[in-house]
Amino acid sequence: MQPPGAAQQPRIMEEKALEVYDLIRTIRDPEKPNTLEELEVVSESCVEVQEINEEYLVIIRFTPTVPHCSLATLIGLCLRVKLQRCLPFKHNLEIYISEGTHSTEEDINKQINDKQRVANGL
Amino acid sequence: LRDSSVIAHEVPLPTLLFMGAKLAWAPSGNLLATCSRDKSVWVWEGESRSLQVDWEPPDTPLRVRDRVGSWVPFFFSPTVDEEDEYECVSVLNSHTQDVKHVVWHPSQEVRFSWAWWCMPLGLLSLFPQLLASASYDDTVKLYREEEDDWVCCATLEGHESTVWSLAFDPSGQRLASCSDDRTVRIWRQYLPGNEQGVACSGSDPSWKCICTLSGFHSRTIYDIAWCQLTGALATACGDDAIRVFQEDPNSDPQQPTFSLTAHLHQAHSQDVNCVAWNPKEPGLLASCSDDGEVAFWKYQRPEGL
Repeated sequence: MQPPGAAQQPRIMEEKALEVYDLIRTIRDPEKPNTLEELEVVSESCVEVQEINEEYLVIIRFTPTVPHCSLATLIGLCLRVKLQRCLPFKHNLEIYISEGTHSTEEDINKQINDKQRVANGL
Repeated sequence: LRDSSVIAHEVPLPTLLFMGAKLAWAPSGNLLATCSRDKSVWVWEGESRSLQVDWEPPDTPLRVRDRVGSWVPFFFSPTVDEEDEYECVSVLNSHTQDVKHVVWHPSQEVRFSWAWWCMPLGLLSLFPQLLASASYDDTVKLYREEEDDWVCCATLEGHESTVWSLAFDPSGQRLASCSDDRTVRIWRQYLPGNEQGVACSGSDPSWKCICTLSGFHSRTIYDIAWCQLTGALATACGDDAIRVFQEDPNSDPQQPTFSLTAHLHQAHSQDVNCVAWNPKEPGLLASCSDDGEVAFWKYQRPEGL
């Protein structure tokens, strides 16, 4: 029998993950007239929200439409800015492109998680 | 600041400094190093030795955009008749990515006092100015003067991601670096012919990583500061915390161990970007954060350490 509080935590995080997803699903792709959701760049399952020491960590793994470096980083930038401006709860954010989708994914992940580069517009 | 007397002059820099550029004065006061996203480190030399300045309250903010729209730093210049100039003495292109930080070695002051003029040239080479830079390319590089130019004399590899900041210890024998890989590394300088048998190339000292502090920080470490009075090491972290480490007494100088002696959880409500120890008052630490606040802390070394 689990202690009463234990079952609650995963629920909170799912709700938070949905909040995040609702914000990012409508972002439009830089090149096409479709949203990131329509192009399957993001999906509900690509958002994870963890609670660590009373702080929320939001992790997004997206799948770029084309294996082109600059577009992937641009999508990453859009995701970061949208959440920074619109997500109502305080959070730390990590954005990654899904494994195996890009030849220089490590380079891209490093770029989109460098806040100074992001502030400079990459 | 209203009653202070400082005049700010803009010195046009023939270079494009991107946002996030950093700069550092050398202990001598006549050398300045700048670094930026363009991967280079510039060394500037000023004509004037004296830094007495006068200031009238400015109506404009301290930074201005240059003609192509990038930020350039203001240089303070003394109120003398001739215009002081800062001349670029070297452009160092050793890094392959953005340079995040530059810092000067805390050289002995004797070189830069009035006695400098009396010193034979041979003795000057005993106190070489050393410059260190940290980069997105995961390395730390060291530079020294060679004749009229500056050269890269060492590359410190080991971090697995961007190195954000650096700090020398009070003796200048050791350098601490902090990184996006969530570790702090301590590097030690080994001179040619050292007892420990560490290999050196030519007359340049070698730098070896003698300690890695891992498992303490849960996010990128943006800044590190080494107190010149107490030897305490403070870090600024993206997990909103400030941590202080002290070297264990009786730890082996070649393989030192450091203990976490203070952990300020939620020191700020967002990433802590910078920490600095007060140079005169032991234990006084200032910090600043993405949350827009500057905080002051009083640190005391725990008993028994």
